[in-house]
Amino acid sequence: MSAARNEKVNALGLGKKDYEGAPTTLCAGCGHNSIANQIVQVAYDINLKAHELIKLSGIGCSSKSPTYFLGRSHGFNSLHGRMPSVATGALMANHHLQAIGVSGDGDTGSIGMGQFKHIVRRNVRMVYIIENNGVYGLTKGQYSATAEEGLTLKKLGKNPFPEINICLEALAAGCGFVARSFAGDFKQVRELLKAALSHRGTAVLDIISPCVTFNDEDHSPKSYKYGKEHELPLHGIDFVPLQEEIIIDSYDPGTSKLVELHDGSKILLRKLEEDYDPTNRAEALERLMRAEEEGEFITGLIYYDASRNNLAETSQIIDTPLAHLSEAQLRPSSDKLQTYMQQLM
Amino acid sequence: MGTLVTEKPQSPAERPPVVNDFSFVAATANGTGSQTANITLLRALFKMGIPVHGKNIFPSNIQGLPTWYHIRVSKDGYVARPSQAEILIAFNVASVHEDIKELPAGGVCIYNSDIKGMPTRDDISMYGISGREFAKYSELKDPKLLSYAANMSYVGVLAQLLDIQLEAIEEALNHQFKGKAKAVIPNMNVVKAAYNYSLANFQKTDPYQVEPMDKTNGLIMLTGNEAAGLGAVFGGASFVAWYPITPSTSLVDAMNDYLPKFRSEADGKKTYAVVQAEDELAAIGMVLGAGWMGARAMTATSGLGISLMSEFAGMSYFAEIPAVIWNIQRIGPSTGLPTRTGQCDITFAYYLGHGDTKNVLLFPSDLKECFEFGSTAFDLAESLQTLILVMSDLDLGMNNWMSEPFDYPKEPLKRGKVLTAEDLSHRANPWGRYLDEDGDGIPYRTLPGTDHPSAAYFARGTGHDEYAKYSEKADVWERNMLRLKRKFDTARKLVPKPVVTQQAGAKVGIIAYGTTKFAIDEARDKLIKRGLPTNFMRLRALPMDDEVKAFVAAHDKSYVIELNRDGQAHGILQQEMPEMATKLISLAHLDGMPLTADWVIEALAQHESFE
Repeated sequence: MSAARNEKVNALGLGKKDYEGAPTTLCAGCGHNSIANQIVQVAYDINLKAHELIKLSGIGCSSKSPTYFLGRSHGFNSLHGRMPSVATGALMANHHLQAIGVSGDGDTGSIGMGQFKHIVRRNVRMVYIIENNGVYGLTKGQYSATAEEGLTLKKLGKNPFPEINICLEALAAGCGFVARSFAGDFKQVRELLKAALSHRGTAVLDIISPCVTFNDEDHSPKSYKYGKEHELPLHGIDFVPLQEEIIIDSYDPGTSKLVELHDGSKILLRKLEEDYDPTNRAEALERLMRAEEEGEFITGLIYYDASRNNLAETSQIIDTPLAHLSEAQLRPSSDKLQTYMQQLM
Repeated sequence: MGTLVTEKPQSPAERPPVVNDFSFVAATANGTGSQTANITLLRALFKMGIPVHGKNIFPSNIQGLPTWYHIRVSKDGYVARPSQAEILIAFNVASVHEDIKELPAGGVCIYNSDIKGMPTRDDISMYGISGREFAKYSELKDPKLLSYAANMSYVGVLAQLLDIQLEAIEEALNHQFKGKAKAVIPNMNVVKAAYNYSLANFQKTDPYQVEPMDKTNGLIMLTGNEAAGLGAVFGGASFVAWYPITPSTSLVDAMNDYLPKFRSEADGKKTYAVVQAEDELAAIGMVLGAGWMGARAMTATSGLGISLMSEFAGMSYFAEIPAVIWNIQRIGPSTGLPTRTGQCDITFAYYLGHGDTKNVLLFPSDLKECFEFGSTAFDLAESLQTLILVMSDLDLGMNNWMSEPFDYPKEPLKRGKVLTAEDLSHRANPWGRYLDEDGDGIPYRTLPGTDHPSAAYFARGTGHDEYAKYSEKADVWERNMLRLKRKFDTARKLVPKPVVTQQAGAKVGIIAYGTTKFAIDEARDKLIKRGLPTNFMRLRALPMDDEVKAFVAAHDKSYVIELNRDGQAHGILQQEMPEMATKLISLAHLDGMPLTADWVIEALAQHESFE
C-alpha cells in the first residue's frame, strides 16, 4: 500500500501516516491535538479501513479537528450544535459505516444541547466525542456552559452559573456508553475510543481537553496541571478485540471486571481503589453527582449497557444501505401505480 | 319526532332549475365528525360523474371552533372557490347568525333544528332537521359516535332535496370507511331516515338540483399532500425527516401510509426510514446528512418551519448537498394563521439562507404535478447538488381534488454526477470536489464509503477551494461563488418549463403559479366573453428562463397574480428583467382564502376595460 519504506505497517499494510489528516491549525499544546493523535493511533491499531468510517463535527475549535485525522475518511464539518442531526441522517442512509463525531462544550452543552440529547435518545450508532475545555476559543475566551460554578479566571472573572455535566446529561437521555477521560491520559483515551467504536449505539466520550490559551490556569479543573494531579480513574481499562481473547486467560475476577461489548469484543476493567460497577445506572448517576459535589475529576467508563436497539435497528431498515438502493428498490413498478389509481376512482 | 321543527314552506318561486352549477357550505363545529359527512357528499357527487371540489376552511383547534366545508358542483368543471355559496348547512350554533347573512336571496338553509333561537330569513328556503333525534337511527351506543352520526342527517336531507343518489352515498361511505359495514350501516341508516323525513315533510321551494353526468369517469380524487407523498415514494425517497406542522403534516402521514405499502421488501425490511425529528432544524440537518451520503432525502414543512431550516438551506447551497423541502405554504408572518392558505414564502424561499444563497423553487398547481414533482424534486436535487423547495400550499395540500390518474414516470431516476471507486481509478486528472470540469457549474461528488484512497473529501460550510480545502483567499472565494452562479444558470434550463395557454388576439398577459390557476382559468373564460382575451403563462419553477422574458416582451402588459401582500414573484421577475419591469403589474390577493374568478376579474377591471 502507501506506507513509506521501512515504516511500521499494520495488518492492512498501512502506516500511521495513512491515517493522518492535514496539519493542525490549533494552538500548540491544545488538548484537541492530542485527542486527534490518539484517534490516528487507534485507527492504525485496529486496522481501520478509512472509507468505512465518517467523521463529523459542528463548529468551534474542537470541530475543526476532524481535518487533522483520517484524511482518507469522508468528513462533514456541519453547523454549530447541529452535528447530531447530520450524523443521524448520514448513518441512517448508510448504517454500515462507523462514525466519529467531534464536538465541543459550546457546540454540545449550549447551542447543541437539544440535538445531543435526541441523538442519544435515538441511539444512533456513533462515537460522540466532546472535547471539553469550559471556554469558547475561536471567539477569544468566554465561559461555556461546562465551566465550573465559581471558577475565577484572570481574564474572565468569576463564573456565576452551575456547570452542565455532559456525562449526567448523556445518562439522563438514556445513553448506553458514557465515559469521561482526560486528553493528557493517552492510554485511557485510546482504550475508551476502541471500546466506543465497538458499541452498538451512541457512545459518549466527555474528554477534558485543556485550552492552553484561555483556560489553563493551574487552579482550573480543566487545566493540564490540575488534570495531571487530580485525575481519579475509576479503573484501569484495556480493550480486548475479538481476535485477542486468548490474553484474557490472565483475567482475575477478584481484581478485574470483564465487560462484553455488543460485537463480542470485551473491556477489561482493572480495579483501583474503589469497586466501581459501570453497569449500574443508579450507581453511575450517584457517582457522577458525588464527584461534582466533591470536586473530584473521575475518569473511566462510567456507564455501559448495550441492551437498547440503535436507530437503524429500531427502524428495521434493509441491510443494503439506503444510499445504495437500486432503481428497482427505490421506484415501485408501473403495475403498482396503475392498481392504486384504479382504487382511487 | 315531536321535537322536529318543520318550516312552513316558502311560497314557491317560479325559478328555472339550477342543475349541477352551484355550491354549498357546511358550517359545523371542529371535531364533531362533520368531515366524514362532508367528504361523503363530495365523493357521492364525484361517483355520480359530476365535477366537484371541496375546500375545508378550518380553525387551528382540535375541537369546538367553527369550521366550514365548501363544496362546489360545476358541470363545466370549475374548481376554484366561488365567491358565494347558494346553500348553507347550518349546524353550528356559534356561527349561524353570521353564516345565514352570507346567503344570497333565493338561497337555501338546511339547519339543525336543535339550535335554539335559530335566526330566519324570509327570502331564502329553510329546511330544519334535528341532528340529535336522527342520530338515534344509527343505533350507536357510544355517545361520541352518536354525536358524530348527527351530521349524517344533513347528508340525508341534502340528498333528497338535491337528488343525490343514495347508492352513491353508500358507495362514498364504503370508500370512507374502507368497506367496514360496522361503520357504514349506522351512518347509512341516519342518511336514509333523514332522506325519508325530508321526502315526507319538505316541499322543495328552491331550484337547486344535481343530475348524473359522465364527467368524472376515469378520474381519481385525492388531496395534494397525498399526491405529493405518493410522488415522493415513486420518486425514490429513501429518507424522510420531519417535524409535525400544519398544513404539511398530512404529506408525511401519507408517506407513512404509502411507504409500507409500496416500499417494503418481501421479508418486511424497509427500503426507507422516516424519522420524526425534535424540530425542523434537526429535520433538515438529517436530510442533509442523508443527502450527503447518497440517499434521496426530504422533509416537509410549513410556516415557521421554513424559517428554522434557513441555516441548513444555506449549507445545502454552499456545500452542495442534495436536499428536498416540500413547503406546504400557510400564511404568516410568525405563527400567522396556520390553517389559511397563501403563497407568502416565495421571496424567502428563493433566497433562504444568509449571504448570497439562492434556491431552486418548484410550483405544483394540481395533483398531477404534486405527483410528478415528487420525482422531479429529487432528480433536480441530485443533478444540481443543491436544495430544491417544492412550494405547494394548504389549499392544494389539504383539500380533495379531482385528477386524471397519474402517469408512471417516463425517465429513469437522475442521480447526478457521482464518481465511483472505479471512476476514480480511471481518471487521468486528480478529482476535485468543487472543480467545474464540464463548464456547467456542477462539480462531481463521491459518496462516503467509496473504497478509493482519493475518494474522501471534507464537506464544509466554510470557504473552500476546488479540492474542498479550507481557504480564505479572496480569489478562491470569488471563483467559487461565481461558479455557483453559473450552476444556478444551468438550473434555469433544467427546471420544469412554464405552461402557456393562449387566446386569439390577446394583448394582455397573465403570469401566475400554483393553485391560482383554477380561478384564473375560470376568469379567462368569462373575460374572453366580455371582450378581454388573455394569454396565461403559468410558472412551474424559479429560476426563470428566457421564455418568461419572451412572454413579457410579447405583451403590452403582464399581470402577475399571486397570494401574498407585496407581489413576491412579481418582485423577483422585475429583478430578472429590469428592462421590462414596468410592463409587469402586481395583482396580489392577501386574505388567506383561495382565489376566486370574481376577484381576478375585478382586479383586472382596475387596469383594463372590458364589457
